[in-house]
Amino acid sequence: MPYPTDRKYTKEHEWIQASGASATIGITDYAQQSLGDIVFVEGPKVGAELVAGKTFGTVESVKAVSDLFAPATGTVTEVNAELATAPEKVNTDPHGSWMMKMTLKNPSELDALLSAADYEKFVAEEAGH
Amino acid sequence: MGAKMVDFNGWDMPVEYPASIGCGIVNEHMAVRTGAGIFDVSHMGDIRISGPQALAAVQHLCMNDASRLELWQAQYSAMLHPQGTFVDDVIVHRHPYGYLIVINAGTREKDFNWVRENTRQFDCTIENLSDVYTQIAVQGPRAAEVLQKISVANLAQIKPYWFTLTHLAWDDGGSKRGVGDVMIARTGYSGEDGFEIYIAMSESDSVAVWNVLLEKGKEFGIVPCGLGARNTLRLEAKLPLYGHEISDTINVWEAGLDRFCKMDKPEFVGRAALERAKAAGVKRTLVGLEMTERGIARDGFKVLDAGGGEIGYVSSGSPAPFLKKNIALAYVPPESAAVGTPVMVEIRGQRVGAVVVPTPFYKRPKKAA
Repeated sequence: MPYPTDRKYTKEHEWIQASGASATIGITDYAQQSLGDIVFVEGPKVGAELVAGKTFGTVESVKAVSDLFAPATGTVTEVNAELATAPEKVNTDPHGSWMMKMTLKNPSELDALLSAADYEKFVAEEAGH
Repeated sequence: MGAKMVDFNGWDMPVEYPASIGCGIVNEHMAVRTGAGIFDVSHMGDIRISGPQALAAVQHLCMNDASRLELWQAQYSAMLHPQGTFVDDVIVHRHPYGYLIVINAGTREKDFNWVRENTRQFDCTIENLSDVYTQIAVQGPRAAEVLQKISVANLAQIKPYWFTLTHLAWDDGGSKRGVGDVMIARTGYSGEDGFEIYIAMSESDSVAVWNVLLEKGKEFGIVPCGLGARNTLRLEAKLPLYGHEISDTINVWEAGLDRFCKMDKPEFVGRAALERAKAAGVKRTLVGLEMTERGIARDGFKVLDAGGGEIGYVSSGSPAPFLKKNIALAYVPPESAAVGTPVMVEIRGQRVGAVVVPTPFYKRPKKAA
C-alpha cells in the first residue's frame, strides 16, 4: 500500500494530516500489518492535552498491547467512536480510519516529521532486518 | 512461509502466518474450530522410559495412574515436586517398549534431568528423544479427513487419547512417496478432535508431510497455525499452560487438576505434600473470567473484588476469537470462585468489570455416532 503524500509520519508508525491548526491522526499500514488483527483501540478523551512523543492511548491485537504516541502537542477535539465497535477497520483501511482529531499547539512541530517518501524508506529498513 | 517469528524458550517459532495466505491469529483459530489447522510442534520434548521397571518409574514420577494404560493408550499427567507443585504437565504413552513421555518445549533439559535424577532407584533406561522426533499437529473437526488421505492406518479406529504406529503414503505427481514408522496419536492442545504426528528426525520427511497435509487439507480450509492461535485455542478450552496455570509454585488442587491425580496410588513424588495440602484446604483456586466491561485482561493483571480489594491475578488472558469475548483464567480465593461472582481486573490503572464464568469456556460439539 503506498503511503499518502497528504500527511506526515512518525517513527512510531502514526500518520498526522494537518490543515492549519487542525489535525487528524491514525496509524500506518506498516503498523497494522505488524500488529495483526486489531481487537481494541483505547484512545484519549476529548479535551485531553497531548504532548508530542508521549503516549496517548493503546491499540491491542489478539497477542499484544501497543502504545500510541502523540505525533504533536495539542488538545483532543474528537475521537472516532466507530473504532470502539469495529476496531478491525484499522486493519482494512489504516490510512482512512482516523483515531482522533486535535487542535495543534505548534503546527510547525510537523516540519520535523517524516514525509511519505522518508517514511517508506524508514519502513523498508525496519522490515529489512 | 513469511510468518512473524518469535523466540519461544530458545526456539524460533511462528506467532502467526501472513494475512496474504489467509492467516493471522483470528483466521487460524477459526480454521481449527471449523475445519482444520496444522501446527509445527517439534519443539516439544520426548523422553523414553524402558526396561524391567519402566512402569514403576513412571508411577513414581507422574501423578496419574499409568498402570491403567493399555498398550497404545495415552493419558494426561504431570510430574510434581516433593511440595506437590508442578515440574511439568505431560502426556504418557504406553508403547510395547515401555513409555514415551511428551513434555513441554521450554522445559526439555530440566525435565530430562528431573526424570533421570528421580528414577535412579529403578531398573530402567531413560532416553532423551527430543532431537529424534519432529511433531506435527493437525487439529479441527475435519482433521481426521485430512490426515486419512496420507495415513495407512484407519484413523476411525483410534479413539481420543489412543495412538498407533503406522506409515504415511501418498502420490506425489505420479510417483509414490512415503514416510515409515510414524506415531499418530489422537491428542492435541486445541479443544478440538485432532492428531499429533511424530516423525523420526528426517527434515525432508517432515517438510514433505507438512506440505502434503497443507495440499490435501485445502478442501477443508486448512491453514498453518502459529503460537498465537495455539494459545487462544487452548485458552478457550481451559487447557493449562506451564508458567501460567501450572508452575513450580502452584499445586494440583489449586490448579483444579484433581481428576488426573490418583491419590490411591500408594506413592509418587509430591503425594505426601498433596495430602497435607488437601487437609489444609486451598487458599486459591483457578477460575474462568469473562470481561463485562470494555477491556482485555492480560497475563499478570491484578484481580480485585467488587469492593476494589486485591484478591488475585490473571494467569492467562486474551480475546477469544471463536467466542468473541474477552476471557481470562485467574487465581482467586475460594470464597470469590463461585460462578457469577462479580470481580474487576486492573487494566493499566483502570478497574474494568468481569465475572466468574463456568469453564471450559468452549466445548466442542458432540459428534453424532
